[in-house]
Amino acid sequence: MTQIKLNALSRETEDITAAYTAAGGDAAVLHDHGLASLVVSGNKVLSANGTEGIVLEKNETEHGVDIKLTIKKGYKIPLPVHLCFGMVPKDGLQEIKMDFVAEEDSAVELIAHCTFPNAEKVIHKMEAEMLIGKNASLKYTETHFHGPYGGIQVLPKAHVTIEEGGSYYTNFSLLSGRVGYLEFDYSVDAGKDSICEMVTKVYGKADDIIKIFERISLNGENARSVIKSRLAITDNAESIFRGITEGHAPRARGHVDCMEVIQGNAKAEAVPIVRVDNPLAKVTHEAAIGCVDKKEVETLMARGLEEDDAIDIIVKGMLA
Amino acid sequence: MLEVSYILSLKNLILSRDGKKLLRGVNLEVGDREIHSIIGANGAGKSTLAYTLMGLQGYEYEEGSIIFNGEDIAALSITERAKKGITLAWQEPARFEGLKVRDYLAIGAKGNGGITEEEIKEALRKVDLKPEKYLDREVGEALSGGERKRIELASIITMKPKLAILDEPDSGIDVVSLKEIVSLIRALKENGSSVLVITHREEIAAASDKASLMCEGAILRSGDPLEISEFFKNRCIPCDNRVSPPQVV
Repeated sequence: MTQIKLNALSRETEDITAAYTAAGGDAAVLHDHGLASLVVSGNKVLSANGTEGIVLEKNETEHGVDIKLTIKKGYKIPLPVHLCFGMVPKDGLQEIKMDFVAEEDSAVELIAHCTFPNAEKVIHKMEAEMLIGKNASLKYTETHFHGPYGGIQVLPKAHVTIEEGGSYYTNFSLLSGRVGYLEFDYSVDAGKDSICEMVTKVYGKADDIIKIFERISLNGENARSVIKSRLAITDNAESIFRGITEGHAPRARGHVDCMEVIQGNAKAEAVPIVRVDNPLAKVTHEAAIGCVDKKEVETLMARGLEEDDAIDIIVKGMLA
Repeated sequence: MLEVSYILSLKNLILSRDGKKLLRGVNLEVGDREIHSIIGANGAGKSTLAYTLMGLQGYEYEEGSIIFNGEDIAALSITERAKKGITLAWQEPARFEGLKVRDYLAIGAKGNGGITEEEIKEALRKVDLKPEKYLDREVGEALSGGERKRIELASIITMKPKLAILDEPDSGIDVVSLKEIVSLIRALKENGSSVLVITHREEIAAASDKASLMCEGAILRSGDPLEISEFFKNRCIPCDNRVSPPQVV
C-alpha cells in the first residue's frame, strides 16, 4: 500500500494529534512507523501506515472517507492497529464508511479514538461492514471524546458477520466530556462455534440523549454471545437501550446484561429482548436501572469518603 | 478505685420504626482497646445497634446519646463519624463492580495520610489472601462470599479505626477460617482499635474482653464473655416463648 506519513509540521496534524490525546490516545503511536495506523480529520487522510499482513485502502469523499481494511489470511498482527477519526472545527459533517475484513485464521486488534473536542454543531456518521472469517479474531475498541458543548450527533452503524470459529469483541466507551446525541446501532450474525462480545459504556450529562441498539443473531450451532451495557446518566440526560439476542441454532448461548445508574432528573429505559426458535438454544437476560446502591455508598462513607465522592467512585467503577 | 476509659458510651438509646421500638433503651460501654462482643438471638436488634452507631440512613435514634471518645456524635453524618475513627464491616459486604481490591483498601487509609502498596499487601496477607492473586481483582461478583468478607476485614485493617464495628464477621466462614477471624480481631486490638463485634459464635465471644447479651432491643446484661455466652446458651428463654419483654439485669 502507499504510505502517507504524518506531517508533524502541519497545523491540521497538530490539532488532530492534540484532539487524539484529549480522547485518551497516545499520539506517539501515530508517529511510530512500526505500527499500523490511520488518521482521518474531516474528509482528509492525514496519515496511513500499514504493516505486513494489512491492506489499507482509502478514498476521500465529499464529507468523509471510505476505508477498506483487510487482514490477510493467516496473519496474526502482533501489535494493535491505531485509528483516529475526528474533526477539529466546531461545525461540519463527517461520514466514514468502513469495510473491515479479517480473513481466515487472521487476528487483529483495532484501537480507535474518535475525537470532536470543539463540536458545537457536528454530525459524525459511521457505517461499517465487518467480516470475521473462519477462525479469525477481531477485537475493536472505540473510545469517543466529544468535548464540553454537547453539540454533536454521533451515528455509528455496523453490521458484523462472524464465520465459523471466528470471534469478535467490541468495546465502545464515551465517558468524559458530553455525549450530545448518540445513536449506536450494531447488528451481528454469528456462525457456528463463533464468539461475540459487545460492551458499551456511556456517561450522559446535561441534556445528552443516548440510544443503544444492539442485535445478535446466533445462527450457527454452538455460537455464543454477550451484550453488556453500562450506562450512567445524570442531570436531564435520557437513555434508551435495546439489546436483542436471537438463538436460532442448537447449543447457541446468549446473554443480555444492561445496568444503568440514574441521578438527578435523568430518564432511562432498558429493554432486553430474547428470541429463541431452537429448543436446544438458550438465551438469558438481565436489566437493572436505579440509583447508586445505598449500601455501596454507605460503605465508602464509613471509610471516610464524602457522599458525592463515594457516588463518583461507584459510577466510575461501573463504567471502568 | 481503677479509672476506666471508655471509647464508646451509650445511654438509653431508643429507636423506633413503624411504631415498634427496635432499640428500647440501650446502655452500653466499650473500653479503650477492648474487644466487646454483642451476643443475642436473631432479631434481637444487634445489627440495628451497629447501623445506629454508624449513623446509617433510616437508623436515626430519637432518644438517648452516643458518646464516642468523649464527644456526642448524634449530629454527625456517616462520613464525619468515620473521620472521627468509627467504621463498620457489614455482615453482607457491598459489591462494587469495577472497583479493584487495591483501590478499595486504599480508600479507608486516605484519612491517615494514605497507604503504600506494601501495606495493602500486608493487610491482604493478614486476612489470608494472596496479594498477587487479589490486588487487581474486582470487589464484586467474581469473588465468593468468604473472599468478600475477608476483603471487607482487610479494608478495616488499612483504615486503622479507633472503633471497628464488625457485624457477624463469622457468618459464611468455615471453622478453620474462624480461628483466623479471631486472630484478626485480636490484631485489630493490638493495632490500637477497640472492636465491637456482633456474633453468634462462642469462639469469638471467648476471645473478647467483655460481652453483652442483647434481647428485644435492649442489653440485658454485660460482663465476662464466657458467663454471658453460657447464659445465652442455657438460660435465655427463646423469644417466641416469652410472654413479656425481658428485664434488664
